[in-house]
Amino acid sequence: MSSLRRSARHIPQALAALVLLLLVIAAVFPGLFAPGDPLAINPADGFQPPNTTHPFGTDGSGRDLYTRVIHGTGPSLLIGLGATALGIGLATVLGFVAGLGPRWLDFGTSRVIEVMLAFPGLVLALLVMVISGPGAFGATVAVGLATAPGYARIIRGRVREIAGSGFVEAARVQGRGRMRILTRHILPGTARSLASLATLGLGQAIVWVCALSFLGLGVAPPAAEWGALLNDGRQFIATFWWLTFFPGLFIVLTAVSATVLGRGLAKTTRSVS
Amino acid sequence: MWAGARRVALRIGGAILVLWAAATVTFFAVRLIPGDPAQAFLGGPGSQASAEALARVRAENGFDLPLWQQYLGYLGRLLRGDLGTSYSLHAPVADVVGEQLLGTLELALWSLVIAWIIALGLALWSVAGGRVAAHVAAGIEMTAAVLPHFWLGSVLILLFATGLGWFPAIATPDARGIILPALTLAIPLAGFLAQLLREALQEAAAQPFVLTARARGESRVGVFARHTLRHAAGPAIGLTGWAFGSLMSGAVVVETIFARPGLGRTLVSAVQVRDVPLVIGLTLVAAAAYLVVSVLSDLAERALNPALRVSRDALVERALEAETPAAPGTFSTPGAFGTSGTSEPSGIFEQPETSGTEPRA
Repeated sequence: MSSLRRSARHIPQALAALVLLLLVIAAVFPGLFAPGDPLAINPADGFQPPNTTHPFGTDGSGRDLYTRVIHGTGPSLLIGLGATALGIGLATVLGFVAGLGPRWLDFGTSRVIEVMLAFPGLVLALLVMVISGPGAFGATVAVGLATAPGYARIIRGRVREIAGSGFVEAARVQGRGRMRILTRHILPGTARSLASLATLGLGQAIVWVCALSFLGLGVAPPAAEWGALLNDGRQFIATFWWLTFFPGLFIVLTAVSATVLGRGLAKTTRSVS
Repeated sequence: MWAGARRVALRIGGAILVLWAAATVTFFAVRLIPGDPAQAFLGGPGSQASAEALARVRAENGFDLPLWQQYLGYLGRLLRGDLGTSYSLHAPVADVVGEQLLGTLELALWSLVIAWIIALGLALWSVAGGRVAAHVAAGIEMTAAVLPHFWLGSVLILLFATGLGWFPAIATPDARGIILPALTLAIPLAGFLAQLLREALQEAAAQPFVLTARARGESRVGVFARHTLRHAAGPAIGLTGWAFGSLMSGAVVVETIFARPGLGRTLVSAVQVRDVPLVIGLTLVAAAAYLVVSVLSDLAERALNPALRVSRDALVERALEAETPAAPGTFSTPGAFGTSGTSEPSGIFEQPETSGTEPRA
């Protein structure tokens, strides 16, 4: 394959990385993109459709939706990151225990994972929301717990695959200790998988957290988090479409970028290993 | 034959075990919920229930018994199909579930059918259309698979309800009213299924039996229908259980957007008023439905292609992560119908991975 073609294959990933980078900048310095106040109300300007002064339109209180979406990037990404970290962290523990432990431990852990998987994701998340109560923290925990079993199964498979591979066998034959094999071979071997899994998961986590907020169980509406914006606009889907369209567009953009980048990472994992 | 019966028994036994564990987890999870269950029963902390009323409710519902007795009583009631009484609706949970089940099932079935049609169309087009089609299809599939229901639903309402006026924005009981909700659920699922199907089709097309059949003089279409498609559809059918679970999650959102009665919408309102028995009842029903459909789709997959004992777990893993490295000796030759796309497949399944799907000798 020519190098031109090879670099052409990376265009989607480069674009995805650029989008995510811009989103992170918007999360840290929202004022760079939207200098206005996301909470400034102007009742005379209520429910303005998208126009030159309000590119995304305004909500019922005349707040500029573009400013609110940009300022919502921070909380949305933060909750998504928290949920992903929790999910992947929990899954890593479960996956390593199941993948490396003795048979009975693997059996037990795998059954635990199976029980968690039996609950459809959002249903499990809603169950957690009842226990934790609505709010950003509850949503983070709920989505983290709901996504963990799927990741745990994948990580367990990967750990077992590496543990059974030739180079681990070779290290064992050479008399390397178990800890050394774990830290020098198995952990680095799973690190790249974990990175791609976390990137893929970030997109999903943001979608799920926003789904909870959309249902009125996540972040409360005065805040500018994307899901809360969606919840705000929910009753106006048929009349003031921009209220759900633009926050949703940002969620989709984030999810697609994370997916493209995560799969790109998965590909490089494969070519390296 | 006996091995098959044993496998079915093991699957069903495993499902029952998982259900029992799920019931146990939910029972003890409820103990983590702050607040007095008796108070919740009488309308929450704001209700100012009298001490006598609280004591009566506690005695009636066994809230004052030791935990293990409550647990055994709960399991016993579950076995008799008694899911308790909803705090907010003051009706047996089983009745509420029974009322709402049909709407959600109808929605899920329609979505499954639509998703399968779209996925088959996309997968066939991408396999038959050569390299460019494969790339375009991969892009469409991937985007479709990550589209959140809440956004897709609003965009569909915008296009087809407010814009074109073809379908109502609020779900009506007739067939026209179910199209938009079903489509909202079907499109992401179709993207996912199509990725799986395309991968499986490319893999199946490279199998020696396809060449053999062609050498016997069978037509391309005939080989495709009788061999390749049958070979490839198995894994996707085996995933129907998983798909059903994702539909249950999606139904929560979709029923809310389209104001459609069903389990999902009931679950959301039950969570909002912290109606604990109803939430638990609904989650258990969802888990049970997922397990039943998983067992059924597993059996269907085996019936469709007994030679192909694909582990469903392996497929879910593959589908969810695309992490599996290509096995040595992977078939990477172009497919039998000019599917030049196989030499450079794109999307989630980078390389046809045969280790998990080869017919076992």
